[in-house]
Amino acid sequence: MRDASGHSETSGIGKVAGGSWIGNWLDSRTGYRALVQSALYERVPGGARWRYVWGSTLVFAFMTQVITGLVLWASYSASAQTAWESVYYIQYEMTGGWLLRGIHHVMAQAMVVLLALHVMQVVIDGAYRAPREVNFWLGLVLMMLVLGMALTGYLLPWDQKGYWATRVATNLAGLVPLVGPSMQQLVVGGPDYGHHTLTRFFALHAGFLPATLVIFLVLHLTLFRKHGLHAKQPITKPDAMFWPDQVLKDAVAMLAVMAVVLGVILMPALRAILAGEPIVPGHLGAELGAPADPSEPYAAARPEWYFLFLFQFLKVFEGWGATGEFLGAIVVPGATLGIMFLMPILGQWKLGHRFNIVFTIAILAGAGLLTAMALHEDYYALWVDRSAFADVEKLIESTDGDDEKIFAVLGHDKEKWNAFTNRRDKLEAFRRSEAFLVAVKQASHDSERAVELAGRPGKIPSAGALSLVRSDPLSQGPKLFAQHCQSCHAHIDPTAENAEEVFAKSSAANLFEFGGESWVRGLFDPKRVGGAAYFGNTAHKEGDMVSFVCEDFTDEDEWTRADKEAVVFALVAEADLLQASGRKGVIKRGQDIKRGQELIADTDRCGSCHPYRNNETELGYAPDLNGWGSEEWLVGIVTDPTHQRFYPDTNDRMPRFGVASDGGLQALSDKQIMLVSQWLRGTWYRPAAHNPKNVSEHP
Amino acid sequence: MPDVTGGQIVTEQLGEEPPVQETRRRSFLSGALAVLCGGLATLPPVVAAVWAFLDPLQRSSGAATFLPLTDLNNVPADGQPRQFPVIADRVDAWTGFQAEPIGAVYVKRDEGADRVEVLSATCPHAGCFVELDKAAGCFRCPCHNSSFTLDGGIVAPSPSPRSMDSLECQVSKAGAVSVKWQNFYTGIEDKVARK
Repeated sequence: MRDASGHSETSGIGKVAGGSWIGNWLDSRTGYRALVQSALYERVPGGARWRYVWGSTLVFAFMTQVITGLVLWASYSASAQTAWESVYYIQYEMTGGWLLRGIHHVMAQAMVVLLALHVMQVVIDGAYRAPREVNFWLGLVLMMLVLGMALTGYLLPWDQKGYWATRVATNLAGLVPLVGPSMQQLVVGGPDYGHHTLTRFFALHAGFLPATLVIFLVLHLTLFRKHGLHAKQPITKPDAMFWPDQVLKDAVAMLAVMAVVLGVILMPALRAILAGEPIVPGHLGAELGAPADPSEPYAAARPEWYFLFLFQFLKVFEGWGATGEFLGAIVVPGATLGIMFLMPILGQWKLGHRFNIVFTIAILAGAGLLTAMALHEDYYALWVDRSAFADVEKLIESTDGDDEKIFAVLGHDKEKWNAFTNRRDKLEAFRRSEAFLVAVKQASHDSERAVELAGRPGKIPSAGALSLVRSDPLSQGPKLFAQHCQSCHAHIDPTAENAEEVFAKSSAANLFEFGGESWVRGLFDPKRVGGAAYFGNTAHKEGDMVSFVCEDFTDEDEWTRADKEAVVFALVAEADLLQASGRKGVIKRGQDIKRGQELIADTDRCGSCHPYRNNETELGYAPDLNGWGSEEWLVGIVTDPTHQRFYPDTNDRMPRFGVASDGGLQALSDKQIMLVSQWLRGTWYRPAAHNPKNVSEHP
Repeated sequence: MPDVTGGQIVTEQLGEEPPVQETRRRSFLSGALAVLCGGLATLPPVVAAVWAFLDPLQRSSGAATFLPLTDLNNVPADGQPRQFPVIADRVDAWTGFQAEPIGAVYVKRDEGADRVEVLSATCPHAGCFVELDKAAGCFRCPCHNSSFTLDGGIVAPSPSPRSMDSLECQVSKAGAVSVKWQNFYTGIEDKVARK
């Protein structure tokens, strides 16, 4: 390539003399020796150096991506119902899938770092100058192609992280004047994100971009060989050949890159070993978030770390609206790239070359600084203690955050006021960071749960893993409860540290483990039934149930200890939660439950108010205890607490969640009511290994 | 361009270096080390790729079980085979399907018989779906024209190396017909079940 005249072949160095007949035959037919010769015996002015390894490590990284990418391709399925699912399968079920995906994922990041090093070395060494200008431009195109592959690859698992990051990236592309919206629609594959977003991103990631990259790489290497290696001046050592010294340095660098990649993948395994915990291969390498869900907020959304500086840069233009985003996401990065394209021309002058170096270092330093700022903002709450802001919080609380009042409290002292606003901003930053960290934790929980659900014996339904998550009481229950129930009801373990505090703020019963043994025991506890965890903050505070428990139920002549126990177990049995309460053995004591049922039905006891079995007590005065606490019963009371079975006349503020008001919609759909009821009852899928209470999956 | 004389210069310069033998030994060592390092660096992605690529070899369709097929009343005792789908839960990599048709069989009941014969509809030659040719009173494979009698026996000359594959079946007292669903290797004389 470099040597059209064939001189290097005649140099005699490394030439295979004689050789086997098969080698001779092959050489006469292909001329491979000359090829190997020209590939290995490239002249390196001044001998081998470590600073020349970056280009080779990039080629190595690309080859690694091709090898791992092709096999990932053999198991990946690009559609909205199969992308997450197939990646889950690769990561958690295929042998070695975690390692394959891990290498692909981490090497992609290593490639970005190597790119930066390569560009920096080329600029600092002035390797872009004549006659190598075109090769520098080819290199910049290669850089954009690599970044394009990183961007498109991020979406392919179709998890929350990739989905939201891609939405942002494609929306920013839509800001380009005139062609933006059409361009966005073309990339997304339509007006909305779905199958065609994935097929297009996949085609880009595994087809268009790498194919283009290969073409440009061939051109890049051809020109590199044509012009020879640009030696860093001054040359102090004699020239040497590419083989073996420079190849050795390159190979050592490649090995180091691979060692770092493997280190990143295996670090958590090492930590697990040191902590004596079991290693889950699926948790190594690349993470997989919960399946993409456009209806679920994802506050943990961040681009991959190497794009974090752009993300942070956009914040510089906060308050500028779309113009700011256009400037930050398109104009400034575009101008930067434009200057980089001009570097070979600017570099003709000494001053220009110096400018190029300063510019490159400034860009990298700026990107580093922006990345550090982004990380600092996100993780601020980790290294600052909330108590540091106690006085600021107190001041804001006591003045309702009114600036004038605060100013007055500070004695109209300008300096104190400035110090205060400064710390108030920090408190605000702390709160934002805290919210981000909570979101990250939530995302990690959601991801773990989705993986747990996907690993059920029944596998993933053909509607996809999202349908599993959406119909999972454990995933949806807490969110629905927080949105619709928590404004009145508490849901906290009564033994928790802050339980009393939470109860005091609630205005309805605590529903933690509702229907289970401990909840029922609390209901029959004279000290607690009228307390904030039960009826204390409701209209029933002085109702018949509270007075019954406090008076009749404590009368030991009327209610023996055994009878009380029988009633507790009969109620828990009615809720079908004996197993969940860890009282499996009680089931054998059917006699107790039967006795309890008789006591409940007895019209001189519970049955005097509550309809139960065939005790002929009329519906309407006190809740129907048939199937009390069961899923059907809970669905019923959440749907309509004013139904004859529950509180037709004495309902205390509870909305009729499943009944549409005139011409309106139900506050909660039937499915949502079912999910929240199942969650309250604790009936959700648990993997066999972590199923101490042996609660079966709800159908 | 230094290229034209490049080879010469290097030769000369290297000639000034320490004795040739030592240079050669050093070159050999460097070369060997370079190959070693390069090989080691390439090993992880290659191992991971091969490891994951061979994953399908570890998968099996599981032990054959008896699957409910139909009721005896639905199989007239006239010696005419009838086609029934085999319904079962199926796992395809990550997707679980419930009660899905996973294949088809021909069920035949002779006059007055209280038991049935079940033939797999998969041609033992190359795995096509064997069709029942009612007019000709035989089974015929549309792919390579293998023909079989209504009992599944081979009609010579035939590309198929063996008769149609019969499947074990059971008829419960209540008349429920179930079949032991299996796939067999095609193209060989012996009937060998796939695992």
